[in-house]
Amino acid sequence: MAAYLARRLIQAILILFGVSLVTFFLLFVLPADPARQLAGRSATIETVESIRHELGLDRPFHVQYLRYLGALASGDLGRSYQQKTNVSTLIAARLPATLLLMVGAIFCELLIGLTMGIAAALRRGRITDQLLMIVSFVAVSAPQFVVGVLLLYVFAVNLGWFPIGGYGSFAHLVLPALTLGILGAGWYARMMRSSMVDVLRQDYMRTAKAKGLKPGVVLAVHALPNAILPIIAMIGIDIGIFMSGIVVVESVFGWPGIGQLAWQAIQQIDIPIIMGVTLVSACAIIIGNLIADLIAPLIDPRIKLR
Amino acid sequence: MRNLMLATATAFALGVCAPAFAAGEIVITYKDDVSTLDPAIGYDWQNWSIIKSLFDGLMDYKPGTTELVPDLAESYEISEDGKTFTFKLRQGAKFTNGREVTAEDVKYSIERVLDPATQSPGAGFFGSIDTIEVVDPHTIRFNLNRPDATFLHVMAINFAHVVPKEAVEAAAGDFGHKPVGSGAYKVAEWTLGQRLVLEKNPDYWKPDTPKLDKITFEFGQEPNVALLRLQRGEVDVLGDGIPPAQFLEVKEDPQFAGQIVEGGQLHTGYVTMNVKTKPFDDVRVRRAVNMAINKDRIVRIINNRAVPANQPLPPSMPGYIKDLKGYPFDPEGAKKLLAEAGYADGIATELYVYNTDPNPRIAQAIQQDLAAIGINAEIKSLAQANVIAAGGDGSAPMIWSGGMAWIADFPDPSNFYGPILGCGGAVQGGWNWSWYCNEELDKLAAEADSITDPARAAEREKMWSEIYRKIVEDAPWAPVFNEQRFTMRSKRMGGDDSLYVDPVHIPVHYDAVTVNE
Amino acid sequence: MTLATAPQGAARTSILTARRLGKVFADFAKRPLALFGLIAILGVSIAAIFAPLLAPYPPGEQFFDGLTLEGAPLPPNETFLLGTDLLGRDLMSRLLYGARTSLVIGIVANGIAVVIGSMVGVTAGFFGGIVGSALMRFTDLMMAFPALLLAIVLAAILSPSLWIVVLVIAMVNWTQIARITFTETRSLSEREFVEAEWSIGAGRARILFRHILPHLVPTMLVWGTLGVATTVLLEATLSFLGIGVQPPTPSWGNIIFESQTYFTSAPWLVFIPGACIVVLALGFNLVGDALRDILDPTQKGRF
Repeated sequence: MAAYLARRLIQAILILFGVSLVTFFLLFVLPADPARQLAGRSATIETVESIRHELGLDRPFHVQYLRYLGALASGDLGRSYQQKTNVSTLIAARLPATLLLMVGAIFCELLIGLTMGIAAALRRGRITDQLLMIVSFVAVSAPQFVVGVLLLYVFAVNLGWFPIGGYGSFAHLVLPALTLGILGAGWYARMMRSSMVDVLRQDYMRTAKAKGLKPGVVLAVHALPNAILPIIAMIGIDIGIFMSGIVVVESVFGWPGIGQLAWQAIQQIDIPIIMGVTLVSACAIIIGNLIADLIAPLIDPRIKLR
Repeated sequence: MRNLMLATATAFALGVCAPAFAAGEIVITYKDDVSTLDPAIGYDWQNWSIIKSLFDGLMDYKPGTTELVPDLAESYEISEDGKTFTFKLRQGAKFTNGREVTAEDVKYSIERVLDPATQSPGAGFFGSIDTIEVVDPHTIRFNLNRPDATFLHVMAINFAHVVPKEAVEAAAGDFGHKPVGSGAYKVAEWTLGQRLVLEKNPDYWKPDTPKLDKITFEFGQEPNVALLRLQRGEVDVLGDGIPPAQFLEVKEDPQFAGQIVEGGQLHTGYVTMNVKTKPFDDVRVRRAVNMAINKDRIVRIINNRAVPANQPLPPSMPGYIKDLKGYPFDPEGAKKLLAEAGYADGIATELYVYNTDPNPRIAQAIQQDLAAIGINAEIKSLAQANVIAAGGDGSAPMIWSGGMAWIADFPDPSNFYGPILGCGGAVQGGWNWSWYCNEELDKLAAEADSITDPARAAEREKMWSEIYRKIVEDAPWAPVFNEQRFTMRSKRMGGDDSLYVDPVHIPVHYDAVTVNE
Repeated sequence: MTLATAPQGAARTSILTARRLGKVFADFAKRPLALFGLIAILGVSIAAIFAPLLAPYPPGEQFFDGLTLEGAPLPPNETFLLGTDLLGRDLMSRLLYGARTSLVIGIVANGIAVVIGSMVGVTAGFFGGIVGSALMRFTDLMMAFPALLLAIVLAAILSPSLWIVVLVIAMVNWTQIARITFTETRSLSEREFVEAEWSIGAGRARILFRHILPHLVPTMLVWGTLGVATTVLLEATLSFLGIGVQPPTPSWGNIIFESQTYFTSAPWLVFIPGACIVVLALGFNLVGDALRDILDPTQKGRF
């Protein structure tokens, strides 16, 4: 186990290295000039050049990249061009909002997905089952920005149950979390249904029922624990998908997370922020995959950690 | 899982602050976060006026107007030749750290902006400064390399605001988040991305200023959310103005009569044409473009929140040519001009545009108008930085300026010329995206700006009008409209309307607004 | 769980023969959801192909009377069946032409992604060695990127047009296919019938083309179909962020991008194109899911 984790750690570092190299290169070839963006409209060419020099942007690619890596090795993500603050400070200020949104989304996914999946499995083959599965298909086919705007329109603008975006209270969290979680809820409903159906077919389920246990107890004690592991593994994978979703959801709801930070930084070619957010996201994705891989052998003993 | 979630939710809910309703406290919303409050750096919509309230410069403007008045300076003197400006500092003006503002501080602040290490976007404004002399602790003298009529304006812009050296050094590179100034307010609390609270500076030197005790800025608020909250009484001023989509509804609702404030803005939206490349090297083609664009329709597309423009200067700017007819909307005439220029078969070109709404829409309207006279302009809708790059290296034949357009830094006609229409900006990496360079006009401009004698201001204004008249003739731009600002204040807010659409303290003059209780 | 993984062998070995294809169709026809999906796809395809005939107006024409005097869009009415957009253009015509954008990008981008992905996966799985592991490490690397951020940066570098958007999406989406085909190729290579071929001295090419690739066809078909749904959504998202196909080319995503701030006063401009996107993605998801059930029952759940 320890050896496995050590190997994964080395792999992760190599992947992060690669991600940083690729992103840095892409931003290097980007047809835009951060120095000029920074110098403002009234700047003379000399000012632009001196800012370029100050940022080290007049150096060749490898020098710039090695410099960045050197700083990164000591935990320094650099300073934002536009905001003139450490990128780590900026990310740290917005990460809690994003994490909260993701926790909320996972909660929605599980609550909605599992409820739908269990209900469908228990009513297998009947109309409820069919309807629930159709709903789950729609959930995975709907773009997040449409879902977000629809929820806003119905529940915030027309019914007035929730604020129309923004940040600051539990009520603010509901709609964005639901939007981010609805895609996963569709998947979980389908996964939960199929694993529940498998479990319900097992002999011990019949035995348990024969012993006169209440259906609710049978479900809670026997069926759920077996059905739930693959779902937990999926949460790991979800983190990667969330990393894309937050850009859209945070922009629709005005949620002050790292998705907004990244989007603004891309508009302004604020390279240190783009690099920082990309690396943080890549870390999250790697950790998520690791969780999924660690759980896999628990689900299916034939899978070995390699 | 659920318990954990509830715990988080409760903690989250407790952290929420109740809206401030106490007398003298107001709430203002913005969509975007304030990135920095360093006067040497801040150059955007949100922070421009906040910085003005935290810091002071030698000069300022009378609230709600474009009239220059001394601020930290008590008086000033301009030498005969217009090359030496001497300012006498006010006694008793103090930074919020308790230290008195001295001439040394003024010198330090401006040299700090000029230092490349500061990476200030304002360094270009101080190009006329040769040396800065501290005569005594309360007297400072600027020796210029040329007479500069705009110098008093330059001393009023944020980049010339005075900062205390010790606080800048103590902040260790993060002065933008730990600002210390001598302004009417000071920062009481700041949560990045969420809220900023300013409180009254009790030791402020200006009597009866500010009028409020506390201002809370809330960020990340969509303009339409902010509007609803204002209607519910939770917000006092819309920092971003009335959102276009709600504009019609609100404007027609009698409930809001008297709360809506309209004001002009020192802004022009225009299409640049690269005069160095075909086909726009021919003035007839550029004039044809000017005649092809249906400005009235474009104004309608943005819900009449602008007025059609026929010249670079906005109407509220000194030097605006009132009697100028400009180019009429005349597609037939435009076609004729194109044919004369040898483009009867049409032209294929590109129109660059910043990819945030409503700019791509406006570009499409322009595209349709151009298509009607045979100019087929492909739209390139890109991130702001990409458009700026394409303009600066000359690869963009046409650019719609929306979202990146010139909003004057100070109310003087020269401010619309230098970097965006003069030869100085028509270089690799410059901001003169039409690459229009008329050396004769550059000379005239220099001449006009050397008239520093206030008694000859009218003469100078007239010279500038002539410069812009010539530019309209040469048509490197197709001016499209001047944006109007529409904002809204809650019923409890007092003070003159003009304070909410202040031409300089954009968007709101925080020092001067009041609350009626 | 054991039940779900048991029939692994049986389906994997099957090649799509003509006879089996017939059975697949018969199976398919028995599934109402799959048929619904197919109808949705066909419907959108017809709209796309016959857009010039079906559309009441040219999609780019900005009507002078398509806006109110104050510049507000018109709600659905007799002249403009689905109303007008913020430039006074007929929404219905734009939707019909927008179907072309979505379909072309969905199918072509995903086609390229499937080709790149399977080339990488099969090469790595079949030939192995340094090249193979290098290819898979590169795939891992690409998978660690937040897909949308990568697409946004790529779009910014390449300055978007229809084909650039296709390219960007393909560049982001091929990794999943590469992973799957890699695993499948690896397991196929270790199977008895392949080993038997080796032992009788068959050439690499013969094994690859006669035995490995045909077995991958069902997988590629399933993922090719499901992937279109993902691609359609990604295109819409890029357009929604303003970095998709360039205006005035209509795309369902950029129609929403242009109108999103008006969703309270002109909801039809957001929700009708939104519904179109859902229907098309749903169609591909339903058909893909049915194909997976029929062709390859082992890969339940997620893609």
